[in-house]
Amino acid sequence: MEKVIEVRNLVKKFGSFVANDHLNFDVYQGEIFGFLGANGAGKTTAMKILCGLSSPTSGEAKVASFDIYKETEKVKRNIGYMSQKFSLYEDLTVAENIRFFSGVYGISPADRKEKQDKLLKDLGLESARDSLIGSLPLGWKQKLAFSVAIFHDPKIVFLDEPTGGVDPITRRKFWDLIYEASDRGITVFVTTHYMDEAEYCNRVSIMNAGRIEALDTPENLKKQYSAKNMDEVFLKIARNVD
Amino acid sequence: MVNYKIVNEKMKTIFYVIQKEFIQVKRNKVMLRMIVMIPLLQMLVLVFAATYDLKNVDIFLVDKDLSSTSRELAGKLEASPFFTINNTSFDPEDGENELLRNADDMVLVIPRGFERDLIRDDKASLQILVNAIDGQAAQLGYSYAASVIRDFNKNIIAEWKGLPEFNPPYQINTVSRFWYNSELEYKWYMAPGVLAILVTLIGLFLSGMSLVKEKEQGTIEQLNVTPIKKIQFLTGKLIPFVVIALFDLSFGLIIAKVVFNLPIVGSLGLVFGFGILYLLGILGLGLLISTVADTQQQVMFVTYFFMMIFILMGGIFTPVDSMPHWAQLVNEANPVFHFMKVMRMVVLKGSNFGDLIHEFVALCILGFTFLSLAVWRYRKTA
Repeated sequence: MEKVIEVRNLVKKFGSFVANDHLNFDVYQGEIFGFLGANGAGKTTAMKILCGLSSPTSGEAKVASFDIYKETEKVKRNIGYMSQKFSLYEDLTVAENIRFFSGVYGISPADRKEKQDKLLKDLGLESARDSLIGSLPLGWKQKLAFSVAIFHDPKIVFLDEPTGGVDPITRRKFWDLIYEASDRGITVFVTTHYMDEAEYCNRVSIMNAGRIEALDTPENLKKQYSAKNMDEVFLKIARNVD
Repeated sequence: MVNYKIVNEKMKTIFYVIQKEFIQVKRNKVMLRMIVMIPLLQMLVLVFAATYDLKNVDIFLVDKDLSSTSRELAGKLEASPFFTINNTSFDPEDGENELLRNADDMVLVIPRGFERDLIRDDKASLQILVNAIDGQAAQLGYSYAASVIRDFNKNIIAEWKGLPEFNPPYQINTVSRFWYNSELEYKWYMAPGVLAILVTLIGLFLSGMSLVKEKEQGTIEQLNVTPIKKIQFLTGKLIPFVVIALFDLSFGLIIAKVVFNLPIVGSLGLVFGFGILYLLGILGLGLLISTVADTQQQVMFVTYFFMMIFILMGGIFTPVDSMPHWAQLVNEANPVFHFMKVMRMVVLKGSNFGDLIHEFVALCILGFTFLSLAVWRYRKTA
């Protein structure tokens, strides 16, 4: 299988604090890769480095087979990103947000219109086309933010705690979108706190204090730690380390 | 995977940023109101209020002589449009108390025997006490009063000595004409200066706020993961602000023309050309502040600081020529100083480009410096 992310000995320090301590992992084309860890374990830091928002202290990484040091702009053409902070323009309408981000990615107006109609229809948000983002409920905003993040058909989409603060039903629906994206061949790199969500991933890594402590499929991890569910796996790893 | 023709047409990307910025300004009701109200208020309030025309000097008269000459002198002062005799007393201390209370601006003490001395010795003394808390007004008031007294003096000598008018044998006669603002209309002097401040205020705040707002809302991260070039992004952000600030400049000029009948002697092309050049620098500075700050409050503080220094140093209220030498040197780095000068020279004097080479070069250097610092400081990757 094709590797879309390769990380070797990635280190990020903030002063004397080591946020990422020699990370090594690969992510394969089309998989849903869960990036788990407690608050402050260094998940977001690592993700920002892979997205080109932050530069590493040392180590190597390739995203979509481009070097994150030298080919930042090529990396950026091939990724989508949705941050913890909700990040569409609140004072623009749904259609205006789509128009702006499509424009930035160089999508032609004709292609944009076609994709936008399909997107709004699939999400059942046709009526919200001309509503300001700020006026929509959080669940809708998150769905839209995700859809905009993959509007330009990136190879990989990075999701940083995409489902924070919404109810279980909305979360479940959000994961349906993630599966759809994955079916289209988009690799999904997702951080989360919710251990039930970890079960939805093809493979998960669990970080603690800047290091990756475990990396495998949820099934194997449960076997390895003789746990009933991912929640137990997570707690065992966190306790062993402490 | 669908491969969209990723046309790297820089102009198109810039266009999308411009479009987004305009929509955001349009949606921001407070901003819209500011864009219209600031020129109106600044032009109407500041220009009218910040006047140096001396109109009302309140005099406290201590006339101990009570002679016809002293009364005549008081009458002359009262007859002038600048002076009002507010109070009288025989005790100079009363006058001093009035000065302390800020109730009067000047105390005129005519000593006992004023008329007698004048007739007998051909000379007499007067005392004038001026409230000089505001040095400029004090000096003006004093020199007006002195000139009334001098006139009075001449006439008295002429009357008494029977000469046509006191004329020393050799006298240099000064005939003065005030060029470029022949009626010394203070509003005409203030208006171009206030226009310069207006453009500065709008430009600095719009650009200062815009980037930091994206930081606060987190949209900047979303943009930083896109392939947009920072030059494209910043250009797209600046162009709408140039347009808005130029709109305000035109609006302000129209108000000045209609309300103050400001003569616009020079070329409007030159005014707007310099306006654009100046704005590039101001917007660059705003962006620079915006890249360093994390919140809108921080931007407010820093912007305010620069505004105060630029404006007070720039010569809106006080002539730069009378500032100490070091201050004049510092002013070379003050864009407001240069632009204010350009505005006054072009609007009031009709100066042409050749007269403004120095300002042109200075504004080019400042603009280039601020803009390149802003571009350099803005990083897509932290």
